[in-house]
Amino acid sequence: MPARALRITLGLLVTLLAASFVIFGAIYAAPGDPAAFLVGGQEDATPEKLAAVRAAYHLDDPLWVQYGDWIGGVLRGDLGRSMQYHDQVADLVSSRVPTTLFLVGYSAVLFVVAGVALGVLSAVRGGRVDSIVVAVTTLLASIPKFVKALALVAFLGVQLGWFPVTGAGEGFGDRLHHLTLPALSLALGELAVVSRVTRQSMLEQYAQDHVTVARAAGLSEFKVIRRHVLRNALAPVVTMCGLIIASLFAGTVVVETAFGISGMGSLLVQAINTHDFPVTQAVLLLMVLAYMLVTTFVDLVHPLIDPRVRLEGSAA
Amino acid sequence: MVRKESDPAKTPLDAETLLDIEDLTVELPGVGARRPVLDAVRLRVDRGEVVGLVGESGSGKSTAAKAVLRMLPRDAHLRGRVGVAGRDVLTLNAGDLRELRARRVAMVHQDPRSSLNPVRRIGDFLTERLIHTLGRPKAQAYAEALRLLEAVGIVRPAERLRQFPHELSGGMLQRVVIAAALAGDPELLLADEATSALDVTTQAEILAILREHRTGRGLGLLFITHDLHLAAAYCDRVYVMYAGRVVEERTAERLFEDPRHPYTAGLLACTPELGDPRPISPIPGRPPSLDDAFPGCPFVARCPVAEAACETWLPVARELDDGGSVMCRRTDLDHPAEKVRR
Repeated sequence: MPARALRITLGLLVTLLAASFVIFGAIYAAPGDPAAFLVGGQEDATPEKLAAVRAAYHLDDPLWVQYGDWIGGVLRGDLGRSMQYHDQVADLVSSRVPTTLFLVGYSAVLFVVAGVALGVLSAVRGGRVDSIVVAVTTLLASIPKFVKALALVAFLGVQLGWFPVTGAGEGFGDRLHHLTLPALSLALGELAVVSRVTRQSMLEQYAQDHVTVARAAGLSEFKVIRRHVLRNALAPVVTMCGLIIASLFAGTVVVETAFGISGMGSLLVQAINTHDFPVTQAVLLLMVLAYMLVTTFVDLVHPLIDPRVRLEGSAA
Repeated sequence: MVRKESDPAKTPLDAETLLDIEDLTVELPGVGARRPVLDAVRLRVDRGEVVGLVGESGSGKSTAAKAVLRMLPRDAHLRGRVGVAGRDVLTLNAGDLRELRARRVAMVHQDPRSSLNPVRRIGDFLTERLIHTLGRPKAQAYAEALRLLEAVGIVRPAERLRQFPHELSGGMLQRVVIAAALAGDPELLLADEATSALDVTTQAEILAILREHRTGRGLGLLFITHDLHLAAAYCDRVYVMYAGRVVEERTAERLFEDPRHPYTAGLLACTPELGDPRPISPIPGRPPSLDDAFPGCPFVARCPVAEAACETWLPVARELDDGGSVMCRRTDLDHPAEKVRR
């Protein structure tokens, strides 16, 4: 077990390192000159001024030197200073992380609960119910997130006045209230995949002999479904939900901007627009980290869902 | 030789009759199905009786057992009556049907490995019926499970309860499945090839345990097997099925000594016996599938004593002097077995 933990941790670190280099390289190669932004607009920038700024921020160094400087700082816990806010990147990011985590968590709860419930409904009832679920969830998935955000704001926010349409709120209850619409607009599009995977996986389980055996033992249909069909159908559902949650971090970019929430997503948008290298790198790196943590967690959970995985693991 | 009539003494309210299947016909509307899976099957199991059900694969043995629990596909057409302790299973409402499955009738299904949920522990499987349908307290159910595992000869039963199906061998799983079927003391046990996967010593142990339940508390046993010799040795009465019909019903002793249906005789001739110099003679041809329909006797193509009239003879059960019945036109033959074995 300790060997396994070490292997997983090492794997995470190597992936993170590789991702950091790709991110750094991509930003370096992106068009636009950060120095121009730093001096405050292209028109009044003299070449001397630009050169001075470039020197101050080491922007003229070759890629690998800049990367070395940056990654060295990251390893020492120093994410650098924001070029835009002249603030520690770590402070900027850490003040925004809780909001984004809350948003992603909230929306994950929504799409997991509703998606699995719809999938179960589809599998158990079939026929017309199944068709309706497919139609509605597919429609929701095909509408872009920002359009859903606008529609939710228009109906639930403005017309009915049930939810605030901007800001993240203070304290748990208020935050829950404020983040409902953003979380909904993130979650609604994911219902289609989750409910499909749940339905498909359950239908496969329905055909298993042990389900028939359980029914023949006089178990009520509800218990047959809960203890044998749904329980055994969980593995692909958990994998899919994990992947979706991991990708939701990227989805916050749109939704946080649409709802004016100051989280990681909106920070990333601002940082990219202002060529704020250190912030962009830090946020992207954190998103990669979040993705990897979620998928690793799903891998670790798998043996609990299916004991046969444990056997394969020990044999390998 | 008259057509077998249902005896008024064996009315559904007779307490001694556990299972009474009357003229059960099952049709599965599958692609190419041209005959019923079961055709007017009559079968009776009394309290404390071991009844064998024998036949080649596809003869309808498992379907007959599943019909007792009403475990057939939803689109199956059923006619006739399946009486269990006086009530017709085919007309029970959902609640009564669950009650019947939980308390009265248990089934040991063919393949033990696929009978168990792979992600649940052995203990869950054994206690499921006790806890979730009979409402026993957990501790009591686990104590019962432990006792049952011990009874079927599993070593270190407490440890097994915490294991998963994939950690047990096929033989052990077979015992687990039998133990689970005995949980909650059912009145009737449908054993579908329950001991076929076991080695002979284990098989003997299991059969002895089932016999204890039978003598101890009057368990009725429908013992489905393809092994006619085992059936003849273990059962009180034996039904032989062919192409969805019961072609012969005899006491085990009489069946073995003097099979009256050429098919039964053929089955007996298939297995070699010690000291018997005669060569093994398999039944020619193949078992009929569902898309084979027959205007007359279904066995005619494989029958060594068939006559032209057999091809159009509508099979009916004919009563024999010893109380059994046979579904053969040629009851004039004294010993069809001799004609089969050459």
